[in-house]
Amino acid sequence: MRVWGELHDLDSISTTETGAIFPAAGAPRERSSTRREAPERKRMSQTPDLIVRDLHVAVEGKEILKGLNLEVRKGEIHALMGPNGSGKSTFANTLMGHPRYEVTAGDILFKGQSILEMETDERSRAGLFMAFQYPVAIPGVSVANFLRSALNTRLAEASAGANGSGAVPRSKGIAPKEFRAMLTEKMKLLKMDESFAGRYLNDGFSGGEKKRAEILQMAVLKPEIAIMDETDSGLDIDALRVVAEGVNALSGPNLGVLVITHYQRILNYITPQKVHVMVDGRILLSGGPELALQLEAKGYDWVRDSKEVGAR
Amino acid sequence: MSTTPEIGVRDNYETKYGFHDADGFVFKSRKGLDRDIVEQISKMKGEPQWMTDYRLKAFEIFEKKPTPTWGADVGQIDFQDIYYYVKPTEKEAKTWEDVPADMKRTFDKLGIPEAEQKFLSGVGAQYDSEVVYHKVQEKLEKLGVIFLSCDHGLRDHEELFKQYFGTVIPSSDNKFAALNSAVWSGGSFIYVPKGVHVDVPLQAYFRINTKDMGQFERTLIIVDEGAYVHYVEGCTAPTYSSDSLHSAVVEIIVKAGARCRYTTIQNWSNNVYNLVTKRALAYRNATMEWVDGNLGSKITMKYPSVYMMEPGAHGEVLSIAFAGQGQHLDAGAKVVHMAPNTTSKVVSKSISKDGGRAAYRGLVKVAKGATDCKSSVNCDALILDEDSRSDTYPYMEIEEEKVSIGHEATVSKIGDEQLFYLTSRGISKDEAAAMIVSGFIEPIVKELPMEYAVEMNRLIQLQMEGSVG
Repeated sequence: MRVWGELHDLDSISTTETGAIFPAAGAPRERSSTRREAPERKRMSQTPDLIVRDLHVAVEGKEILKGLNLEVRKGEIHALMGPNGSGKSTFANTLMGHPRYEVTAGDILFKGQSILEMETDERSRAGLFMAFQYPVAIPGVSVANFLRSALNTRLAEASAGANGSGAVPRSKGIAPKEFRAMLTEKMKLLKMDESFAGRYLNDGFSGGEKKRAEILQMAVLKPEIAIMDETDSGLDIDALRVVAEGVNALSGPNLGVLVITHYQRILNYITPQKVHVMVDGRILLSGGPELALQLEAKGYDWVRDSKEVGAR
Repeated sequence: MSTTPEIGVRDNYETKYGFHDADGFVFKSRKGLDRDIVEQISKMKGEPQWMTDYRLKAFEIFEKKPTPTWGADVGQIDFQDIYYYVKPTEKEAKTWEDVPADMKRTFDKLGIPEAEQKFLSGVGAQYDSEVVYHKVQEKLEKLGVIFLSCDHGLRDHEELFKQYFGTVIPSSDNKFAALNSAVWSGGSFIYVPKGVHVDVPLQAYFRINTKDMGQFERTLIIVDEGAYVHYVEGCTAPTYSSDSLHSAVVEIIVKAGARCRYTTIQNWSNNVYNLVTKRALAYRNATMEWVDGNLGSKITMKYPSVYMMEPGAHGEVLSIAFAGQGQHLDAGAKVVHMAPNTTSKVVSKSISKDGGRAAYRGLVKVAKGATDCKSSVNCDALILDEDSRSDTYPYMEIEEEKVSIGHEATVSKIGDEQLFYLTSRGISKDEAAAMIVSGFIEPIVKELPMEYAVEMNRLIQLQMEGSVG
């Protein structure tokens, strides 16, 4: 169970005078296009927080994922890469429990428990988060009201499970003033204008604003494992940078991130500890950041070919 | 009258509003309607002869007029199975202490005295056929503002009353206007003198208590030149297995440069036929705004209208209709441009769920000679499931060429992608659907005073409970 007493405690996050955002715990990251060494992360949890085992998923009867295996721990950043149509988005949506995606075999374990029977909202409250590639607009619902509701459902669940240990009462949730202060702080951290909170969620947002809103939600909801679905290669560079900066700002020992991308370009801004290459519904290759470099140089066909060669 | 099916969607209505007091009336007419009943009502009220005659003439019209066959089905109303006049108390009280205990308790439960203290400048509370409590702030009285029950308006200000009564909606307008004109009782009479701004809303609350009864309040509002008033009405009724009838007539005169806003939060129980005629005349540079929220009733037929009589007049109708199981809400607006350079705006939001039916029915009319008018109509429908239905009936009668008329209509369903997005943030499906609905009506709710906006959203939440499987 998550402890929500530390809501506006920006423990793992600080900003520098330049306005760039760094994880306080790790070495300061440079906001440039030069690649950096992944910071060493110690005290990683023993069992992976997210375990995907031989996952098979079908959409309208057609099998898209064909035995996917993956493990992500808190404190890690992973990149899942692969050509279009390899099943990356299917994987993201399946993790979050989209009703259109049917798990036909395998399992997904989150914190040691299978989540396959859990509803989408339960998965979220358990600590999973997905940043949408194309967030939908909810006209008439302000960013602030939406986030407060989302936060309050978590608080309600936390207090219901806290057997009266003095947590926030179930019905009340976070006080508006306290929420406002917390939200303002997060928005400042993400360099967002205050007026943003009053706008209707994703309604008329630019691509970059939508991405920022996703990161803001992540900052407020504090997931343990976040999946960034950035499958589309057509995203403009600013939107991509927003996502990268957001991930960097929020990453730390309590957050594991899986960035899904077609494009190596995001790796100019984020350095994952692990890179996975997905082809045709399976992860064919896993490695360190150097794998992304190889991909950039040789393309996805190289993975396919080398795998086929290796199989013979 | 026919029996209403068990209503699932508004079960929660039962505890909050659906209760009823033991019969405590001082007089109840026998069931049914004839000349004698009409005369009896008039006599009991001690009315001048002209009003008795007016009522009798209206009764004749009512008898001759056919029941409308368009809109919702009102053919099942048995006019002989209704109590037309139920007098709850001997007289109208000016303090809550003087209101009989059970009625006081009812209005306490509905939060009326509390609201009066907090954010209203005058309150009228009608219980069955009569207003049992009426009070307006002294400072308004000193400014010459009149806020009385319609009966007392006639009694105390007969000349003013007679000058305007029935001039906006004649008895012959439609069958239900004729019925109201014959048996009207209660309602509000408001006069705001020249240049007086009533900053804080006046409110009337209408409560039906007696089974098989008809409530026929009558409201007449005169806003004199350059004045302003915001009038709010709310209504609820017990949930009975047989049907009740509510048929009101509201007439409003907005004089030059004046502004009137009339807000309704209609929350009748699901056994009430709600058939209401509402019309306003707006003169030079005057503004009339109807904000009409319809959540309850079995059947509603209501089309608040604005007649823009002189140049510069502006009419606005913002309406919400939320139809759940067993409900058919046929609501809308009429904007009639009688003079050049007049403008109007209609925004309608209808929601249907659990087999409910919500319709927008509207008329934009531009009379010959009313050049340079502008009108925009925007109606959006949100359908929550496969069993529910939404219809749009926009009528246009444009007799002038140099005008600008815009009409936009959208129909949408709550999208799976919207639900997935919101649930992916930990919000339950029910709450997510309620959130989408709240967002849908937000453009109208934000026009309400804060307290009513909160109430409106709460009612929507109640209506949405347990709605998504």
